[in-house]
Amino acid sequence: MTPSSSVSYPLQNLSVKPFNLLEACLEVLVRLFILIPFFSLLYIMTKIFQLGFPTLSWEFLTQPPVDGMTHGGIFPCIFGTLSITILMILMALPLGVAAAIYLTEYAGQGPFFRIIRAAVNNLAGVPSIIFGLFGVGFFILFMGRNIDGVLKSGLLFGQPCMLWAAATLAVLVLPVIIVSTEEALNAVPQSHRAASLALGATKWQTIRDVVLPQARGGILTGAILAISRGAGETAPILFTGCAYFLPRLPVVNLFGVIPMINPLDQFMELSYHIFIMATQSTDAAKTLPIQYATTLVLITLTFLLNLTAIVFRIYFRKKLGQVSI
Amino acid sequence: MDEQNNVEMLEERVSPSLKKIVKEKEPLVTHQTDLLPKINVQNLNVYYHTTQALKQIEIQIKPQRVTALIGPSGCGKSTFLRTLNRMNDTISGARAEGTVMIDGVNIFAPNINVVALRRLVGMVFQKSNPFPKSIFDNVAYGLRVHGIKDSNNLQERVEESLIKSALWEEVKDRLHESAMALSGGQQQRLCIARALAVNPEIVLMDEPASALDPISTAKIEELIHVLKRDYTIVIVTHNMQQAARVSDWTAYFYMGSLVEYGETKKIFTAPDKKETEDYITGRFG
Amino acid sequence: MPTKQSLTQKNIRLSERAIEKILLLAGISSVVLIGLIFIFLFKEAVFFFQTASPFDLIGKWVYDEWASKNIFNMMWQAVSKIPKYSLVPLICGSFLVAFPATLISAVIGIGCAIYLSEIASNKTRETLKPTLELLAGIPSVVLGFFMLAVVATVVQNLLGTKFRLNAFVGSLGTALCVLPIIITISEDALRAVPKELRDASYALGATKWQTIFGTVLPAAISGISAAVILGFGRALGETMIVVMATGNAALITLNIFSSVRTMTANIAAELGAVAQGSEHYYALFVVGSVLFAFTFILNIFSEIILSGMRRKLRM
Repeated sequence: MTPSSSVSYPLQNLSVKPFNLLEACLEVLVRLFILIPFFSLLYIMTKIFQLGFPTLSWEFLTQPPVDGMTHGGIFPCIFGTLSITILMILMALPLGVAAAIYLTEYAGQGPFFRIIRAAVNNLAGVPSIIFGLFGVGFFILFMGRNIDGVLKSGLLFGQPCMLWAAATLAVLVLPVIIVSTEEALNAVPQSHRAASLALGATKWQTIRDVVLPQARGGILTGAILAISRGAGETAPILFTGCAYFLPRLPVVNLFGVIPMINPLDQFMELSYHIFIMATQSTDAAKTLPIQYATTLVLITLTFLLNLTAIVFRIYFRKKLGQVSI
Repeated sequence: MDEQNNVEMLEERVSPSLKKIVKEKEPLVTHQTDLLPKINVQNLNVYYHTTQALKQIEIQIKPQRVTALIGPSGCGKSTFLRTLNRMNDTISGARAEGTVMIDGVNIFAPNINVVALRRLVGMVFQKSNPFPKSIFDNVAYGLRVHGIKDSNNLQERVEESLIKSALWEEVKDRLHESAMALSGGQQQRLCIARALAVNPEIVLMDEPASALDPISTAKIEELIHVLKRDYTIVIVTHNMQQAARVSDWTAYFYMGSLVEYGETKKIFTAPDKKETEDYITGRFG
Repeated sequence: MPTKQSLTQKNIRLSERAIEKILLLAGISSVVLIGLIFIFLFKEAVFFFQTASPFDLIGKWVYDEWASKNIFNMMWQAVSKIPKYSLVPLICGSFLVAFPATLISAVIGIGCAIYLSEIASNKTRETLKPTLELLAGIPSVVLGFFMLAVVATVVQNLLGTKFRLNAFVGSLGTALCVLPIIITISEDALRAVPKELRDASYALGATKWQTIFGTVLPAAISGISAAVILGFGRALGETMIVVMATGNAALITLNIFSSVRTMTANIAAELGAVAQGSEHYYALFVVGSVLFAFTFILNIFSEIILSGMRRKLRM
């Protein structure tokens, strides 16, 4: 009749709770919900892999398209995507990092800070097609035409080209870089800044020698996320420099000898290629394998970039002694 | 025959609300002890993951009395308090061994309904934590959770609880304003009213006045004095004077062990143990 | 000696100040860019009204030869003998995609956020959250292509819809795109609810779901609504998925299984083919301005809610 007085009962023993049907149903429901994003990702990845992999080959990755883009490879698209993301990150990274430094180290917490904060968040929420319109209206027609006017270079800058497409993308990824850099800077303990300032270092010296080196990992993570985002965007470059088909690579020989990316040329691009092949080509069904394979290339590229960013972030946060993701 | 009678008699003396805690199958009374202690703790060990927070606690807490738990920070007094209504269940990695009998019922038994237990053992926290709702809805929360929907009944019991917690006069004209607008002391009394509304028999208080100014503290202490007529109160406090003022019994915890337990008068005048005396006289911690 | 020292200090102070000025310029770049987007969008849009009346954006009286009378025509038909620039079908299309998308992703997203913040163990949460990021990282053109090539057929076979590409297929894709945003922000809001409130509820004998519905959700409601508003803004602005998966027919309809054309898709489909400086070109900037105004207001709205929440929590 008397249970032993020192039996161990785990406190989180579920059987202790009275069974409540409604609560049990709700719990099952949210458990099912969380599977939706997970399985959507899995389904999309496997389906595209399944349908795209057979077409994938070394030639597909290294050859240009032939026969009105119904055969051949996608090398110009890969080249274009890489070139434009390089140009984009060259423009966006310095600006974004500088902006984040200003926000965390100089701006304080007043209304001014809040306005900038709101602008960054708002910029992140501007529809991508609006960036496309902005690229045409501001970069090509305003900046480009005015540069042409000053340089008397005819119609060189005032038309769609890689430079303006990259600039448009740079505006789009700017918030990504600012937010992750800010987070990295905020993770540097305040005591390190105080220690440096107490040794007589100026504010900028402190930032340069103490804060930024510790935030390097976070900034790198942000840059990778931005590259991944930029590589996948289509709408902003629709009208700012993408070409349906180009017989040549956007390359120019500097001083006639050193080959380099020509930022004033148009270019082919992976995501645009998918869009155009799937919706505008004369026989979309015939090129379906190429479309799947191109999608596989693009999704692999962005997936790997994002995965790298996530791994980096976990690694750098561990190094900084933080636990949560 | 005699024994049978005895058990029945015991069952009668157990409060009706407690009966709901236990499902019918199990015998209600598991120990034929003297019913004097309201809470009877035996051989209690509590662990967080691998660290042991409480070691071999044995204590009998008397009904309708105020029992103060004192001791330096981290000595396990709050952990002990949270064991009494199984709030430690909400902390992952927490594990308890031993028995805690409330009116002779082991609250660690597998057939215990934790929800009913917590209704019976109310709790007031260190930091006042009113819900971001109106004053009325705060007090009515527990009642609604337990299925009371009738608005007259709610109204009545909210008023009753607020009167008991000496807050009624101050808030009766603004019951439907946000509780967040109250002062710190008022918020804490609101939390007491919220705990009282569900008709507990035991009220646990975890340093209820530590964040309050002296005047609000005095009000809370006064309230505790009044409340002990109806409730068994266990209070954790850092403040020696407060323990001496409000409690009838005092338990001194140190490093997860119960060092000394006795009537407050005795603990504060002639403690048996040297450590207790050192702590109370301020030679320590 | 003192002069020398003060001189060097002054030099340092000068360069410090110069650096601060440069950083300030970078800092306000976002504000400047938002301003420039405003100016260059509206500047071009204004030219539309030189040749057309604002009323044209709703509809136009057009002589109908079949009915031999004037009919009030609400259509977007930019390339035609009498070009028509009614925004009504486009706005209708945008909402017919964005509304169901937000609804779907809000229901699922809030459920997922509850799971992540209230039910999942730390370990589970930390494995699931990167998965969400990977989902969020899928380019929208890939989602669009996937909807077009795979899901549209599945949906048509399943529901027997008339149009293979329709608003519903578009909203499914958009929902996938909006889902990670709603989950992340809602989860942040739920996790920001202090543990003390949960404790208070449990101590009163509330069960887990009574605590979730009675305490946690009400306390986090502002953050969650901000998440949904933000999600709606994203859904309105989504371009590649809708241009590929909704069929692009500018119809005024409330039938979710009909082909529609959204504001975003309209710009994406037509801007490449118009002459710069034509009425049609300016009309597309009008569409862009309306779209931008919608999303800007939604973004500001959610920003105000979220910053209010952050301030309240800091207190």
